[in-house]
Amino acid sequence: MNAHLPVLPVLVPMATAVLLIFGQAWSRGTRRWLSMAGLVVQGAVLATLGGVLAGQGPQAYFLGNWSAPFGIVLVADHLSLWLLWTTWALATAALVYACRGADGVNRRFHVLFHFQLMGINGAFLTGDLFNLFVFFEVLLIASYTLLNHGGGKARTRAALHYVTLNLVGSSVFLIALGMLYASLGTLNMAHLSERMAAVEGTAETLARGAGYLLLLVFGLKAALVPMYAWLPRTYAAASGPVAALFAIMTKVGVYAVLRIFTLLYGEQGRLAGLGDEVLFLVALLTLAAGSLGVFSAHNLRRLSAWMVVLSAGILMAAVAMGGAELLGAMLYYLAHTTLATGLLFLLADRIRERGGAEADDWRLASLPSPGPALGILFLVAAVAAVGLPPLSGFFAKAQLLLASHDHDWSWWYWLALLGSSLILLLAFSRAGSSLFWRRSGQAMAGYEPLAVLVLAGLAATLLVLALAQQPLMELAAKAAADLLDVDAYRQLVLGKEAG
Amino acid sequence: MLYLFLALPFVGAILPALAGNNRNLGASLAALAPLAALTGLLLNAGPIFDGGALVASVPWAPTLGLNLTVRIDGLAFLFAVLVLGIGLLIILYARYYLSARDSMPRFYALLLFFMGAMLGIVVSGNLLMMLVFWELTSIASFLLIGFWSHREDARKGARMALAITGGGGLCLLAGILLLGNIVGSYELDVVLAAGDVIRAHPLYAPMLILVLLGAFTKSAQFPFHFWLPHAMAAPTPVSAYLHSATMVKAGVFLLARLFPALSGTELWTLVVSSAGMATLLIGAYVALFKHDLKGLLAYSTLSHLGLITLLFGFNTPLAAVAAVFHIINHATFKASLFMAAGIIDHETGTRDMRRINGLWKYMPHTAVLAMVAAAAMAGVPLMNGFLSKEMFFAESLHLGLSGIAAWLPPLVATLAGVFSVAYSVRFIHDVFFNGEPIDLPKYPPHEPPRYMKIPVEILVAVCVLVGVAPAWIIAPLLDAAAGATLNGNLPDYSLAVWHGLNLPLMMSVIALVGGLLIYAFRHRLFSLHERLPEVDEKRVFEGLVRMSQGLAWRVTRVFENDSLQDYLRAMLMALVLALFAGLWLSPVDWRLPQMLPVDIPTVALGALLVVAAGVTALWHRKRVFALLLLSVVGLVVSVTFIRFSAPDLALTQLVVEVVTVLLLMLALFFLPDSAALESTARGRVRDAVLSSLVGIGVGAMAWLMMTTDVPRLADWFMAQSVPGGGGTNVVNVILVDFRGFDTFGEITVLAIAALGIYALLRELYLKAPELNGRGRPWAMETHPLILEVVSRPLLSLSLLVSLYIFLRGHNLPGGGFIAGLVTSVALLMQYVANGVSWVQSRIRSHYLAVTGIGLSVALVTGMGSWFFDRPFLTSAHGYLTLPVIGKMHLASALLFDIGVYLTVVGATLLMLSRLGRVSTLDRKRGGH
Repeated sequence: MNAHLPVLPVLVPMATAVLLIFGQAWSRGTRRWLSMAGLVVQGAVLATLGGVLAGQGPQAYFLGNWSAPFGIVLVADHLSLWLLWTTWALATAALVYACRGADGVNRRFHVLFHFQLMGINGAFLTGDLFNLFVFFEVLLIASYTLLNHGGGKARTRAALHYVTLNLVGSSVFLIALGMLYASLGTLNMAHLSERMAAVEGTAETLARGAGYLLLLVFGLKAALVPMYAWLPRTYAAASGPVAALFAIMTKVGVYAVLRIFTLLYGEQGRLAGLGDEVLFLVALLTLAAGSLGVFSAHNLRRLSAWMVVLSAGILMAAVAMGGAELLGAMLYYLAHTTLATGLLFLLADRIRERGGAEADDWRLASLPSPGPALGILFLVAAVAAVGLPPLSGFFAKAQLLLASHDHDWSWWYWLALLGSSLILLLAFSRAGSSLFWRRSGQAMAGYEPLAVLVLAGLAATLLVLALAQQPLMELAAKAAADLLDVDAYRQLVLGKEAG
Repeated sequence: MLYLFLALPFVGAILPALAGNNRNLGASLAALAPLAALTGLLLNAGPIFDGGALVASVPWAPTLGLNLTVRIDGLAFLFAVLVLGIGLLIILYARYYLSARDSMPRFYALLLFFMGAMLGIVVSGNLLMMLVFWELTSIASFLLIGFWSHREDARKGARMALAITGGGGLCLLAGILLLGNIVGSYELDVVLAAGDVIRAHPLYAPMLILVLLGAFTKSAQFPFHFWLPHAMAAPTPVSAYLHSATMVKAGVFLLARLFPALSGTELWTLVVSSAGMATLLIGAYVALFKHDLKGLLAYSTLSHLGLITLLFGFNTPLAAVAAVFHIINHATFKASLFMAAGIIDHETGTRDMRRINGLWKYMPHTAVLAMVAAAAMAGVPLMNGFLSKEMFFAESLHLGLSGIAAWLPPLVATLAGVFSVAYSVRFIHDVFFNGEPIDLPKYPPHEPPRYMKIPVEILVAVCVLVGVAPAWIIAPLLDAAAGATLNGNLPDYSLAVWHGLNLPLMMSVIALVGGLLIYAFRHRLFSLHERLPEVDEKRVFEGLVRMSQGLAWRVTRVFENDSLQDYLRAMLMALVLALFAGLWLSPVDWRLPQMLPVDIPTVALGALLVVAAGVTALWHRKRVFALLLLSVVGLVVSVTFIRFSAPDLALTQLVVEVVTVLLLMLALFFLPDSAALESTARGRVRDAVLSSLVGIGVGAMAWLMMTTDVPRLADWFMAQSVPGGGGTNVVNVILVDFRGFDTFGEITVLAIAALGIYALLRELYLKAPELNGRGRPWAMETHPLILEVVSRPLLSLSLLVSLYIFLRGHNLPGGGFIAGLVTSVALLMQYVANGVSWVQSRIRSHYLAVTGIGLSVALVTGMGSWFFDRPFLTSAHGYLTLPVIGKMHLASALLFDIGVYLTVVGATLLMLSRLGRVSTLDRKRGGH
């Protein structure tokens, strides 16, 4: 089975989803166990894959047994593994949380949830640009339907915005693919990378244009300026577990820029470093927009959603600056921010479950307080999100600062990182003191130990990220090294007959 | 051992929760951990007094340079003793201070958490580790200041303290990272030994400023001083702890800690001494005018912190010794004064000095204690405060400056001394004498419980003992601490009470006399002060925050306005930029390629396409009409595919068109048949320009795509289709074999879409309109007879066609996808002709299950290749001879294609049948 490991993170959720399609008539409990079992198997697959990668290095998987660049190839390296694990951890927390009852609103929840994972995992694994498009479609359509989970006017409206923008994005993606195929004659990422090194003439124009278009498409996914404004309402409208899972979705855009621009527009050829300046500028603007949004938010959902925008800026700026050390730090931050925002979304949902649809709005001072258990959890989440010790956010920030200090743009980045942290500090202290302190009356009804346990579990991972930062940083450094070793990637995919 | 020592307060934080409502037990449990830690520390203090240090280190994150290094030298030892010792006294004091309504476990847990964090700062031997604890004290103090969370001033004070100290913490983070970068290590030993390297480094100045920002915010130095008075909303034990020995001392601790590494430059002197001087003066001056007991003490704390900072700013070893000495003294007398203030507040119910008068009569014991402590604060001889103040005066005179600069420090020092005497006198005279109490909430006041005074007594005793016999009591500790501060270069200094008649003594006398005089004329001064414009920093700060919040909200609203059109516009503008940047920045060769001959049908088709698309855009508000025109566009595209020899694509496109139009028709049924005009003329022009630009950009790129010639994969696909894929229809071989994984993904997309629509429409019932837009009723005959009659025999025919298309797929135009669509259309026609219920009652199979089966077939086929040790979706093909039909070519891809077929049929019908059932009309009539 080990030979097929790279494809399993796609097939396991797919198989789980298909089984669940047939299980529509089974009891809710059975479906839940099946759904969880799917994640457990996926975790086992990732653990095995991690072992294989550690022993034998990155793995290529040639689907249909067609050698690259003719067939489709999946490439599992430490970067993919890092993102797969992040997704898995987040998905597990979201799923367990949903199994407390939110999954009952719609019988298709578990099916869609696993299809969603299939799309995300596929995007992290594929070594073919058109196949990336296909997985983008899988995760787009699954996220669109998940977004509608639970129904209601706000959700439908937000989902419409989301899907329309993304369909335009898909069209642009297709155009960009056409341009790349026209100029380089291939869609295999390693092959593209190889041919890009020698591109010139009209093909260069097309490849350049395609690069900018891809930046636009991935920028939309990652919610960068000027395509960021859809995100807050969309994420705020989604049901809790769905919004939590969506915390990884913008990171798919970040990953795509990271992978494709390293391979295609990396170090070699006339288009080396394409878009770095633009990306950095746009990332800083996104960071600014996210900070303003966080600062102006008046409920926990929006605060968390704007956190997603803000972190996209932090991540993309690091991607634009590049360098092994900074990318390693960036990946550590990515895992941290994904899990922390996931926790925030779940917390907001829990408060609303207990206190009503607007209970996370801190302007409403007369509502009952969410109680000490959620208060402590919020404190933990806020400490992590703001970037205070002893949780992962602090170390992630320190690493980003440290790894970026000798870059030409470091002053900008430092200013942006520290400035946004201050704004986060103000925003979170206001949110916490208004939600948990000012509402001094009776605590909300509906205290539920299980929910607290789930949230505490997710919060504990933030502590684990901090405590185990040395081995994790080493893994992230390996991921960055795998990413940057373009020659090894080409060699792995194209083999001896490269040329 | 050292780690256990550091962990004790954190572990101890849990203990008080075990006590439940038993307050004595709770306090005892709380005291357990610090007592153990303090005992352990004192028992092992031997090497420290010999100038050594207790050190332990384990790596935590070596990549980051973060090690868990505990390093207890003299300075750390001094602070640890203060933190733990005064902490213990606070625990005892708080037992009597807190009322029954306050949660004792919560209070002690937070206090011990804070204690642990503070202990962490002082014993850290690694700067990053220190920073971790530094920020923890910010969090803990936030929670402690906001302990009475029902009070608005507590909440706001807490947030302000967090904002200022947390912001400073960020600066400190940046500063320490720079520092570590300069030195190459965060280990304190290394950093302290690298002073020369640090001072010579080009990044010294920004690094120093950042570090100092951290220290100044924490120690409430001007201009960041304003959070401290507002932190007085905390319960008094908290104030007594945070503002005497701990929180605010963290800043001056940092100055002391890094003194050997950072000091010794003009920049250091300039920045540190001016901040110190300003704080010293402002604090001392404002303290005099505060009517609130704790307010007075708060500003006096500011002033003393300024004094300590100023001493460090003097940049001489002797001044550093004086600073360390004053840190000890201030901690003792300020903690006891806060506790005394808390007792008075507790017993009288108010802290307003205009009302609390003449308490001498009611609580003489407390009065004595407060008087001694206040005398220490004022710097009266025979008190500890006198000694360090004397050293301060002496240092201010020996700076070796010239001109006016030489006069400024002693002048400021004396002036601050004058005010400090004045407010100390005021504290004593107003509270304990000055007539009778006025309108006290609790009357008559009386002495507090016996044990509440014990902590104060202990501290006051220390004040006096140090003041009388400094050489015996404090000298060893001060030697160790100051020696550590200076990294071993301790200068000679004298701790005698009497240094003879000299200039510093004169200054002390001036301060004492001046202070008494000022107090005597206080009424005139008060009225003068009241005429000064009052700057309420809290209001300024909060106003600033609120203003920026409002601004943030307004800016956010401009961009995040919930308008899909605006979002799309922003994206399309970016698209235009991207396209034209691509054209602009790289060479473009607009040469003409070798063209196909122009023929009339092609031109006509092209013209039709352009006209149909244009008219669609123009008349898009007439919905049905626009839809029909759109289908013309689709048809022309299909025909174009045929023109360029792509029959597969044409077939697919054609069937997709049919399904799409049907789907849209069903949806349009519920909408008015024309849309309202929503855009302005200007908006339309703008959009027209924007879309034209997109069109031009994409068109230009399309032109380039067609005129570029590079070797492409297509050639290989053409060559390999038969030998490799076993099929002559390259398109189908690509779909099910070469790139079968893409198809695998796409059928999943289709299935998800169907599921999604199914879920979306499940609970949706719309009322079908009875009239059309012009008010004419819809025909009641929903299923015309002719259609019914014709459609039924057509079904079997079209199913046969789809089977045929499916089977020939691998070699001739066709395949699972198209066949699936044809089948769907055939079944759909039955829906249209006969109604939902008629069909549903005849087709028992569940479309969802069909979709699932389709996906499973594809999945299982793909996995089948695993048994032959081949990757997922590897295809095998061979020839099979069947009776009647003859020799047939079979590929395992055919199985996969069945999966595709089933998924397409299931998904398409699932969507359309659901949509057809949305109407309430149909439900009511139960079909036909």
